[in-house]
Amino acid sequence: MARIKLPDLRESEVWKSMFRPGSIYRKGYKDTSRDRALATMNNVLWHLHPTKVKRHGLKLTYTFCLGGISFFLFVLLTLTGIFLMFFYRPMADIGGAVAYSDMQSIRTSVFFGDLVRNLHRWGAHLMVLSVTLHMARVFYTGAYKPPREFNWVVGVVLLFLTLGLSFTGYLLPWDQLAIWAITVGTSLAGYSPFIAKQANFLLLGGAIVSPNTLLRWYVLHVLALPFVLVLFLAVHFWRIRKDGGISGPL
Amino acid sequence: MTWEEVPKDMGVYQQTLDAQLAGGTDRRVAEGRARSKAIRAYQQGHPDEVEERPVRAPAAAAAGGDGAGASAAAPATVPAAAAAAAPAAVGAAPAGAATATVVAAAPATLPRRDAPLPTGGIPAPKKGAPEKHRLLALVPPEGIQRVERQQGDRVNVWPHLLLEEFIAMLILFAGLLVFSTFLNAPLREVANPNLTPNPSKAPWYFLGLQELLRYFHPMVAGISIPTFILVGLAAVPYVDRNPSVLPGDRKIAITLFTVLFMFGAVLTIIGSFFRGEGYNWIWPWAQGVFFEL
Repeated sequence: MARIKLPDLRESEVWKSMFRPGSIYRKGYKDTSRDRALATMNNVLWHLHPTKVKRHGLKLTYTFCLGGISFFLFVLLTLTGIFLMFFYRPMADIGGAVAYSDMQSIRTSVFFGDLVRNLHRWGAHLMVLSVTLHMARVFYTGAYKPPREFNWVVGVVLLFLTLGLSFTGYLLPWDQLAIWAITVGTSLAGYSPFIAKQANFLLLGGAIVSPNTLLRWYVLHVLALPFVLVLFLAVHFWRIRKDGGISGPL
Repeated sequence: MTWEEVPKDMGVYQQTLDAQLAGGTDRRVAEGRARSKAIRAYQQGHPDEVEERPVRAPAAAAAGGDGAGASAAAPATVPAAAAAAAPAAVGAAPAGAATATVVAAAPATLPRRDAPLPTGGIPAPKKGAPEKHRLLALVPPEGIQRVERQQGDRVNVWPHLLLEEFIAMLILFAGLLVFSTFLNAPLREVANPNLTPNPSKAPWYFLGLQELLRYFHPMVAGISIPTFILVGLAAVPYVDRNPSVLPGDRKIAITLFTVLFMFGAVLTIIGSFFRGEGYNWIWPWAQGVFFEL
């Protein structure tokens, strides 16, 4: 019986071209300090991290993983949001409340639609919570002190954007809960000095919450605000590394 | 003059070396310190000899020495002439003693100034300024303590941090998945601008502000206070200039933040659970919960 020796896929040129040296998927990865450093350095996603971090940063009770959780929730919301976009049209005027009937069909006829919508909704509330708690953690550990002052300011912008994303998304189901929560939430803009009418019109695309508002907030929710948020996130992560990694122990 | 030639106190040398080694110092550094101490001890014991020694330019010392012996006594004995010769010394150092380092010394104890200060690029002392100046001198590597960048206690991101993040992500995702499987997000009847629900509430994170509307003019509750919160938050690192991160040193900052944070949390909870029809006060266990996420 002839022995057939299968070629090792990991030795092929294609495989080697895909994974840079030090990758744990590449043949010859050794659990050495050098390969461990390369594993981070030569990977596009893990490159968000430096190759080494201070040991105390691993302590769960220092960071509570809140920044990482917020980022993970943002990724999860992006993925579930893309899924929902396939089945949702932000229309409410011509031909009745299309947005609302799309919501109903997501719940009833889209495969896993209800679960994905639930994940999106609960994840969004959780993200507001985790970003807020992350801010509190950073305050209590004094992590905003020099040279990290500006990153705190970027963080405040990110908190504001998170609230904006959650608030714009709240309108999209186009049910009673949505439009009245938005009506109450935006009514305050009508009290801004000098620009009350303009502020209201800019926010709502009209005098009251209307189908115009729905389209406007949909674009903000799925495109404009996430785009701005990603820009600030990039600066936020980059500054963590440039400012010397995670803040010192207490 | 080499280490062998230079007059020194060998008793002090041995004593210092033993003490340094016992303290866990690296042998090379310990020997350097011991030599320096031995020479200084001898010179303190024989001040007259030190005075009589001839003036030598550090360049010569550097060229004549062999690194180890490049006159450990230089900082104490090289007079002001060294200042003029310093640039030459810098140039000569790599040739004579590769590791010799040029440092600035503050020789307040120097007896007199033999040479005028060099004029190129060095500001003349102000009139009426006290008689003091800085000199450059050659110091052999043994005579100085090397400070290297603190590496600190660091661990590789892969696998330590990445595994931790991965596990946190898994736990969170599992929890959220279970929650989403059993709890449906609300979807009420279709939007109707003519039918106002009672009560009408904003999303939960704005309920603190809605609660404030009960006590303040809408302009204050809706515009001034939110603006103040955002600007105030952004200004925190520029207002709090206390460099310490220790909770014990930050009592005011921590108290202030905690009070404001709790204030916001309590207002949000009141707006969420303790306000019912007509946005009037209710007890959630008696009249039920008027709150939807």
